[in-house]
Amino acid sequence: MMARPMGSLHFQKDYRSKKREVFEDILEERRQSSDLHYAMKCYTPVLYKNLTPCKPSAIKAAVLTSDQLQYVMKQISLESGDPLEVIQEQAAEILDEMGHNLHMGAIRLFALSLCKIFKKLFRKVCVNEEGIQRLTQVIQEHPVVLLPSHRSYIDFLMMSYILYTYDLALPVIAAGMDFMSMRIVGELLRMSGAFFMRRTFRGNKLYWAVFAEYVKTILRNGYAPVEFFVEGQRSRPCKTLNPKFGLLNVVMEPFFKGEVYDTYLVPISISYERILEESLYAYELLGVPKPKESTSGLIKARRILNDNFGSIHVHFGQPMSLRSLASGRIHRSQYNLIPRHLPHRPSEEMQSFVCDVAHEVELHQISNMVLSPGVLIAAILLQNLPAINYSVLVDQTLSVKDLTESFGGSLDWPDSMPSCRVVQSSIELHSNFINTVDGQVTLLEYEQTGDPNKELIFKSAVSVLMCASYRNQMVNLYVRPALVVLACKISQSLKKVIEYIQWPLRKSGYHLGTDTSYEIFKLFQFLRSVFTKEFIFFPGFEEKDFEEGCFLLTKCGILHLTSHEIIMNEKGASAALFLSRMFQPFLESYQLACIYLAMDVCETFTEKQYVSGLRNFIAHRILAGVTKCYEALSSDIQKNTLASFVQMGTVKKVKSYPVNKDSHPFFHPHLGFLENGKTRVFFIYQEDCKYQISHLCKFLKYRYTDKNIPTPPIGFLENGKIHVFLFSKTNLNTNFQAFNIFCF
Amino acid sequence: MNSSSTRLYNFQFICLPRSRSIKPSLPVPAGSRLTLPSLERPAAHCRANRHRPLPEAKGCRGRRKSRGASLSARADLHGRQEVLKWNGWGYNDSKFTFNKKGQAEFTGKRYKLSGMVLPALREWMEKTFGASLDHKTTSRASLTLSEVPEAVVNEGFLQDIIAAGISYSQDAEDRVFRAHGHCLHEMFALREGMFKRVPDIIVWPACHEDVVRIVALACKHNVCVIPFGGGTSVSNALECPEEERRTIVSLDTSQMNRILWIDEKNLTAHVESGITGQDLEKRLNEFGYCTGHEPDSMEFSTLGGWVATRASGMKKNIYGNIEDLVVHLKVVTPKGIVEKSCQGPRMSTGPDIYHFIMGSEGTLGVVTEVTIKIRPVPEYQKYGSVVFPNFERGVACLREVARQRCAPASIRLMDNAQFQFGHALKPQVASIFTSFLDGLKKFYITKFKGFDPNQLCVATLLFEGDREKVLQHEKQVYDIAAKFGGLAAGEDNGQRGYMLTFVIAYLRDLGMDYYLIGESFETSVPWDRVLDLCRNVKERIARECKERGVQFPPFSTCRVTQTYDAGACVYFYFAFNYRGISDPVHVYEEIEFAAREEILANGGSLSHHHGVGKLRKQWLKDSISDVGIGMLTSVKNFVDPDNIFGNRNLL
Ligand SMILES: Cc1cc2nc3c(=O)[nH]c(=O)nc-3n(C[C@H](O)[C@H](O)[C@H](O)COP(=O)(O)OP(=O)(O)OC[C@H]3O[C@@H](n4cnc5c(N)ncnc54)[C@H](O)[C@@H]3O)c2cc1C
Repeated sequence: MMARPMGSLHFQKDYRSKKREVFEDILEERRQSSDLHYAMKCYTPVLYKNLTPCKPSAIKAAVLTSDQLQYVMKQISLESGDPLEVIQEQAAEILDEMGHNLHMGAIRLFALSLCKIFKKLFRKVCVNEEGIQRLTQVIQEHPVVLLPSHRSYIDFLMMSYILYTYDLALPVIAAGMDFMSMRIVGELLRMSGAFFMRRTFRGNKLYWAVFAEYVKTILRNGYAPVEFFVEGQRSRPCKTLNPKFGLLNVVMEPFFKGEVYDTYLVPISISYERILEESLYAYELLGVPKPKESTSGLIKARRILNDNFGSIHVHFGQPMSLRSLASGRIHRSQYNLIPRHLPHRPSEEMQSFVCDVAHEVELHQISNMVLSPGVLIAAILLQNLPAINYSVLVDQTLSVKDLTESFGGSLDWPDSMPSCRVVQSSIELHSNFINTVDGQVTLLEYEQTGDPNKELIFKSAVSVLMCASYRNQMVNLYVRPALVVLACKISQSLKKVIEYIQWPLRKSGYHLGTDTSYEIFKLFQFLRSVFTKEFIFFPGFEEKDFEEGCFLLTKCGILHLTSHEIIMNEKGASAALFLSRMFQPFLESYQLACIYLAMDVCETFTEKQYVSGLRNFIAHRILAGVTKCYEALSSDIQKNTLASFVQMGTVKKVKSYPVNKDSHPFFHPHLGFLENGKTRVFFIYQEDCKYQISHLCKFLKYRYTDKNIPTPPIGFLENGKIHVFLFSKTNLNTNFQAFNIFCF
Repeated sequence: MNSSSTRLYNFQFICLPRSRSIKPSLPVPAGSRLTLPSLERPAAHCRANRHRPLPEAKGCRGRRKSRGASLSARADLHGRQEVLKWNGWGYNDSKFTFNKKGQAEFTGKRYKLSGMVLPALREWMEKTFGASLDHKTTSRASLTLSEVPEAVVNEGFLQDIIAAGISYSQDAEDRVFRAHGHCLHEMFALREGMFKRVPDIIVWPACHEDVVRIVALACKHNVCVIPFGGGTSVSNALECPEEERRTIVSLDTSQMNRILWIDEKNLTAHVESGITGQDLEKRLNEFGYCTGHEPDSMEFSTLGGWVATRASGMKKNIYGNIEDLVVHLKVVTPKGIVEKSCQGPRMSTGPDIYHFIMGSEGTLGVVTEVTIKIRPVPEYQKYGSVVFPNFERGVACLREVARQRCAPASIRLMDNAQFQFGHALKPQVASIFTSFLDGLKKFYITKFKGFDPNQLCVATLLFEGDREKVLQHEKQVYDIAAKFGGLAAGEDNGQRGYMLTFVIAYLRDLGMDYYLIGESFETSVPWDRVLDLCRNVKERIARECKERGVQFPPFSTCRVTQTYDAGACVYFYFAFNYRGISDPVHVYEEIEFAAREEILANGGSLSHHHGVGKLRKQWLKDSISDVGIGMLTSVKNFVDPDNIFGNRNLL
């Protein structure tokens, strides 16, 4: 693998701040002194050293007269035939719609109300002050981009609140447009620096141009920190979403075009002990459209105010210099030959750079997340449905706590409290989905008795998804070691299968050589590639991820390495089991998606159709008692499976051009069968998978036994629609051999 | 050649009357009268030139080979070495020092500033660099001859040179004098080190034919030839390649310094390449002409050097850069002589072969004679200056001036740091130095409050032409300036600015006595990137210094020195206090390297006029593409297959 000059990116642990940082509870002071006084305090934020002070209106004027925007407007006017003035008016309107305003009065009112609300909602709001100090320094030196994780609407309220508290410039926030309809809150947010972006403006060239120019103008001036979410939206499953690149591209441009000396990116991790929107998310993931945010809705949400949402940890990460990140990688001189105001597509080199940076930001966010005991409990509970004995739960929570700590996770664990109290209070905090009955801890509404019907399934699913949204906060921390464990287990069961059916090894092309560690690495690599959309991996760092996984597992005594082998230790068996089971729902969801895909093989479909089709399919399977994988109902996972299929070439996204015949045939190369004559097995390590495998294979067999079937049927093309890829004739036979292995 | 349209002038060495002097600050080099040959003799008879070694002179050369070379003999023959510093910039008699009262003064009589006390300089040095008069370094007093690398003698070549009757020297001081240009590390090597390789022999051709002979001999004996003009190179172009095993011959053009003819009908002059800028101008002035080519180094740099480096003069807006001025070239290469057969003002005859020569940096051959455009000496000259509230406005104004194509002969914009620096050089008494800031302060209080003294910047202007047009032009430019918030700030300030350019080069030597090292470098850049480039390069320098343990913030400043239709030339000064740093030259070079990278990343060119030399070679490929390098290489390989001109510049 090519070494990337991205510095010392080795292990996940490198992303973490070197020493554990101290968090201060900023609400504590607020509980002791006057809020009004706080809101009226002298607010003189430090400023960027090259700032030419100006009003928001001046910024807007600068945007409208910028060469960039002027150029695009002329283009649009030429293309559409509309007079330039009309376009200019539209641009001004767009700008007004999204533009921010800054009123000291509003900021104070905002601070006052937020502090009241936060005190009601949260026990503590903890901030690492060292991070604030670092931020204070870079804000003076360079334009700064704040990149918080996004789990809740509270995120940007919280960000502004904290910055105000520490006397830092309020950020200008690129936030989703839904807030616009929340009259008062929207306006208040706007007056304290937020600006808004329509959720979807794909294809609206003018909108994008105005928006991008607005962001860049603010950065160039060093007017205020710009804030947005690399994840693009609130993560419903509460697991870091794969990054979006559009805005990151925009904020990087001023640096690459030499308009600013450097730009600093600050990853920020906001961890909630309990997420405000938790149940809402579960509904959304199950396809119930979320209620439109509106102020009255928010007022209804007052009820929420009487609820307890635990504590929040906000970690301001190490600011990353874009200049250093790009040094040796991107030559700014590539922009020398085209006038800088012309819009252009980022080069491939640039795209991969942006992608790497986005991942790096997210990996930083992940490693500085603070996990609450509830997260561990949720993870354990999900593996022990329908119920787990309370004291067993406490014991297990303690061992998972140890495991988490040795994997380098930060835990908010009150050491002064006896552990059963910690577990107890966590369960209480999450009493809306966790329940204790007769010393048994259960999931509320899970698999209630009665005739299985869709509604019950739905109810169970809500609980499972809510619970999963907590477990999800730790999966990215665990994914590397867990995939190593899975790879080991698959390798073991593969060996068994092959021995059992006495499949001539040579013929299978599967080399179970002596070097099992290499085989395990290949399996790891395969799993990792299947799950690239599900978890956050630094692009290309397969070996390093593998090494890290092995390193952590060895450290915990779960496995040990010899020169050629990776051996699972007996005494680590339970931890290994915990790891593999934690990822079981993901594996199963992907399997189900494969089966669904195989059944629907000839169709062309949209993402929407895919998601609803898959949802029905899974619901039926659950009804039929074939699976209990409620998580597979999550539209997030479903979309990820699709994205993963697309990435692996199993499914192709088609615009208006014909399917490329030379592309990968269906199920080649990754979904479990053959690649270059090597068998890839993905599904068979668990007993209950057999059916699915064989079912799938039988199905395929049935379909393709007849060798006279002409080269696979179809490939319909329609705008924006997705096509399923087809078997290629040449691979048909070999595929078959592979299937035979399992169709015993 | 000597047609009826061409008049031959008989040059008498008359000083121009003061009133006619265009650049009053230009000194008359002490040695020049001795070395300027007369034009009475047609070029073809140059063999009778008295610089040709007479039998006695031969004897003299014989002595020079042995250790006890007589200084006076050398001075008679070759002049300038006696009046110039051996380890610093410029004339021996002119330098900055601190007098007994601890005040800075500039010695000598050559410049307007000469003999004056500069009371503010010391404080400026202390404040800007944290320098102190107590911390002094001293250069060695004279060359340590024993350290000079042993000469590699090619006996055959030497004998042939002697036989050809060409002046030469193997004297160590002569060799070291021609082993360098004026880069920082070269000055350092002179002050406290030594070059790894220096020329082994100096030859002084007296005319084109001498050069032809020398080059033929060099080819015959396979020795390496490095042309040496004024020695003002700032690109390592003169440095001898360390790995060169052959004899290195420094071909000093200083004796080829005659104006061969002047053609008034076509306004051209045919000149030998070794003439220095100031001699050329002075002597053309006597006949009412000038070339108008005035690089800041014009006191010492030569016509041949300009051609070889693609030089640019301060007044290029009226007269053009060297490539605009050259009408005809004669170049001696190992393959023969390159020249064109006519003097048509423009030709479509394939790629212009002169463009292989201009910028060839001594890698292809020796430029021996140049036909250069001349202009009547302008009737009227006027300096001027404008203050802008900040650099951004200043650049915007220059851009507008360029857009309207009404740039005066020279227009330069200094940033704030340079403006303040200019202040530090204010002499105690002198009419033209009526205090600028004092006047300005009054300005502030009355009309122009809001000019922040830590932001404002100054443009200096020089207008030339007939009086009426100059005045008209002046108004036009000031009107534009006013649109950008610029205020006229007087003629004196303008004149002082231009005068300082000749003196600033002397300051480095003073700085080096007090742990301050610095250098200038330049680039050209499209208009829209000027501001970004200036800001980023300055910032980069500051940060690189900090990273490398430089304790005081560096002095990094820039000015826009030339305007073009599509961009500008930007000139940076960069200096820092190196106390506490063990290898200052290395640190300096690393920072300059970083600064150049920053320039390139910001859309600036590798060089506007200093050239590539060896200092910037590593970037040439990226600058002109692989194929471009291939084109240059194949020309080099054809013209000079044995790498006789082996200074290894460019490629
Ligand atoms: C203080 C200072 C100010 C300067 N200001 C300017 C400025 O305003 N504009 C500008 O353009 N430059 C400037 N320079 C750079 C320098 O003066 C120019 O590069 C100048 O053209 C060099 O001329 P020279 O005669 O000194 O050549 P040298 O330094 O002797 O030689 C430079 C190169 O040209 C070659 N060469 C010299 N003569 C010949 C010849 N006859 N035939 C073939 N090759 C030859 C040499 O081998 C060498 O490679 C400045 C330098 C200094 C130190």
